[in-house]
Amino acid sequence: MPDAVPPEQPHAARRRWIAVLARSDAAELCERLGTLPAYRVLRGPEAGLVMVRGRTGGGGAPFNLGEMTATRCSVRTDAGCVGHAYIAGRNERLAELAALTDALLQDPTRQNALMEEVIEPLAAMQQARRDAVSAKAAATRVQFFAMRNMRS
Amino acid sequence: MSATVALPGFTDPVGEAQATFRAVLDAMARPGRLNRVGAQLTAPAPLDQATAAVLLTLVDNETPLWLEPLVAAAGDWLAFHCGASIVDMPGNAAFALALSLPDLEALSAGSHEAPESSATLILQIGALGSGTRYRLSGPGLREPTLLASNGLPADFAAVWQRNHALYPRGVDIILCAGTTLTALPRSVSIEEA
Repeated sequence: MPDAVPPEQPHAARRRWIAVLARSDAAELCERLGTLPAYRVLRGPEAGLVMVRGRTGGGGAPFNLGEMTATRCSVRTDAGCVGHAYIAGRNERLAELAALTDALLQDPTRQNALMEEVIEPLAAMQQARRDAVSAKAAATRVQFFAMRNMRS
Repeated sequence: MSATVALPGFTDPVGEAQATFRAVLDAMARPGRLNRVGAQLTAPAPLDQATAAVLLTLVDNETPLWLEPLVAAAGDWLAFHCGASIVDMPGNAAFALALSLPDLEALSAGSHEAPESSATLILQIGALGSGTRYRLSGPGLREPTLLASNGLPADFAAVWQRNHALYPRGVDIILCAGTTLTALPRSVSIEEA
């Protein structure tokens, strides 16, 4: 899924950083955050199931594809910002760190520094990982038109 | 909405919700008996600990909740932790929360086909165990028992009699004060003692 979010959508910047945080790794995130500020957990981290829905061909009637494990957490920093995180899987530590980072990013005085030191490097790493997988997959691509040409 | 949520819910969501549910169950089975709620909970103003624990235990996204205007300050906390939809019309609510007795006839009393669909009123009052005394009798009570409470209106026995007369329809009340709760199911009859 591309990281770029159309600018007309509300909270575009927050959507992007929440997406980056959700795909990150707890150890990596913890390392980049450095010393954690004081905060209070409002809810969780708790694991549960969410129903994944799909549409045939992207436009058909919605159907239930299946349930997946998700972990959620909400924290409140001492500055009064509330951050939320929903993470695929059951990594509770990551959910808590992601929620905390989301809360910190809502503090205008810290946002720029955190974007530069945490979000952008994580986004670049995730992009690089995706590119590597795509390159590997592209190398094994079968050109079906060649077979069609041979038959005719 | 959740930007104003400042307080967590239960520290141990499963254990504390089960313990509170047990307290409510006991209270419904033995009307008028005072049950202590042991949850470690910081309740948002203006709610007491027992009230907040009962709400966290019983209310969820399938039970619309009506709030008396005086408790609207706790609305964000309830919406976040319970996931309940807050409704404007008391008649549409499965649970109602109030600090003073609202008009019981405005709440859903259920139907003869489905009396269990009636509303439950969670009423936070000044004190349980002291104040005006009522004599309760009915199912669950071998002998009439006394309930002392502070904060119910002067004509409560008459108001309750109209609700009791609807049986099997009618509204159930959970009374909360501080860390104590008791229940008045629709089957109990109440007279002033």
